[in-house]
Amino acid sequence: MTKYTYTEKKDTRSGFGAGLLEAGKRNPKVVALCADLVGSLKMQDFINAFPERFVQVGIAEANMMGIAAGMTIGGHVPFTGTFANFSTGRVYDQIRQSIAYSDKNVKICASHAGLTLGEDGATHQILEDLGMMKMLPGMTVINPCDYNQTKAATIAIAEHHGPVYLRFGRPVVPIFTPADQVFEIGKAWMVSEGTDVTIIATGHLVWEAIQAGEQLEAMGISAEIINIHTIKPLDEEAILKSVSKTRCVVTAEEHNRLGGLGDSVAQVLIKNLPAPQEYVAVNDSFGESGTPEQLMQKYKLNAPAIVEAAQKAIQRKG
Amino acid sequence: MTQDISELKNIASQVRRDVVRMVHGCQSGHPGGSLGCTDYLVALYFSIMKNDPSFNMDGVGEDLFFLSNGHISPVFYSVLAHASYFDKAELGTFRKLDSRLQGHPTTHEGLPGIRMASGSLGQGLSVGIGAALSKKLNGDDRLVFTLHGDGELQEGQIWEAAMFAPHNRVDNLIATVDVNGQQIDGPTKVVLSLGDLRAKFEAFGWEVMEMQGNDMALVVEGLQKAIGLSGKGKPVMILMQTEMGAGVDFMMGSHKWHGVAPNDAQLQQALDQLQETLGDY
Repeated sequence: MTKYTYTEKKDTRSGFGAGLLEAGKRNPKVVALCADLVGSLKMQDFINAFPERFVQVGIAEANMMGIAAGMTIGGHVPFTGTFANFSTGRVYDQIRQSIAYSDKNVKICASHAGLTLGEDGATHQILEDLGMMKMLPGMTVINPCDYNQTKAATIAIAEHHGPVYLRFGRPVVPIFTPADQVFEIGKAWMVSEGTDVTIIATGHLVWEAIQAGEQLEAMGISAEIINIHTIKPLDEEAILKSVSKTRCVVTAEEHNRLGGLGDSVAQVLIKNLPAPQEYVAVNDSFGESGTPEQLMQKYKLNAPAIVEAAQKAIQRKG
Repeated sequence: MTQDISELKNIASQVRRDVVRMVHGCQSGHPGGSLGCTDYLVALYFSIMKNDPSFNMDGVGEDLFFLSNGHISPVFYSVLAHASYFDKAELGTFRKLDSRLQGHPTTHEGLPGIRMASGSLGQGLSVGIGAALSKKLNGDDRLVFTLHGDGELQEGQIWEAAMFAPHNRVDNLIATVDVNGQQIDGPTKVVLSLGDLRAKFEAFGWEVMEMQGNDMALVVEGLQKAIGLSGKGKPVMILMQTEMGAGVDFMMGSHKWHGVAPNDAQLQQALDQLQETLGDY
């Protein structure tokens, strides 16, 4: 399988901060809003460069979503920043009516997604956001996997017209995608080709999938690894092409197994190419306090869990 | 654009006819608040705002209006039609299948004049603030108007927005609350008292004024006064006293006609009180 190494680890939220600054340089209409979490969202560089294009709304996320929607009128491209929980569940109706249904060009940028916020516990973690956002008609949903991909995605969504949910996280994770990549919304990235099982991963689980692929290779199993960074619109063609070859699939995501990437993939397969599928996802529960590593282990969101799921999927092929 | 009060009153009479006919035509919708806010919307679109019915979403160089209490869509649609945003014949499609005139206003069907979906309450003040900030960034000195129901002020997001606007000196915004004292379940003071709205908004830092909302001359005068108060560092809040159902005697003085359609006899009784001035759609 294709080898991936890294020399540096960084948080994906810093990729967002760097991408936001770059998007701001490229387009003077890009504006940023934050609900009292500038440091956590890494928005300070943008604020330093473009102080007049930043809106601090205070701890008032509903108001932030409405203001962002209003700012699109007149041609601005607003990026909102807060934790994923407060970017989605807290303001679902504001997003639904004022942004999605109104087709406003707002970029909802959400950090601390999934379990890997860690010690703060379930009130600040969220495992339902992908589901909520992908159910909104017209919403593009993106969950990049490392610093470079997050930066590239941030720049790309500024150039895309329409509402976008961009989800990223807090822990430092290996940087293994190219710094000079061009991010294509809705296009899967073939991480490594294989023949026995397709592993489809998003976000922090992509690096885990690569680790799993190496372990499987050592066991004589050839895994094809695909990174789906855009959960909606989904690259159905890439999924079907791979599964038509491997005939079984593992989906891996830092999300509830209900409503996430796994369900999106399952819908594609059911309709076109029924195949055994194993979910690596949280089994319909809330998170809890702990270090990110402890949580990923306890909730089985790591390389060993992907290896086990791959073996199961292959067995089910019969 | 006209300052002729009798001409504005003629338009308002026709708009009120449209409102009751639209609601009767689909046997659903909200006549009470629509009739109460007719004079305000007619004054805004025919006397106060600089606006372009050829309609461009960005509205640069135009005054913008956002209806936050989207359930009074009948009056909004009728005013937009008479202001030439679309053909008034389309008013007959209100709330019917495949219509651009959805039960609550939306951009989704591409109806000219609508810049934001509303209906789920409490969101329009934030949106208006956003549009006002966008104007400031664009160096556009035109104004943003918003309209809210008084019951709508029970939504928490309104107060998030109320806190934001003065802090950020959003002084190109003129918000109006339709103080008719009624909501679906009864009088506002019974359901959930709003208290002293002037004191509340002043405490948040707004420039607050009051206006009688069902006397055309006073509405025009009040809106002109509000424009005079804009641009001075504070957002402007108009507390507009109206009568729910204004113009149709049996719909006034009660919350009963908030969201009820008239039957055939009631329609006739209402139309007998409203002169047909510009031709029914």
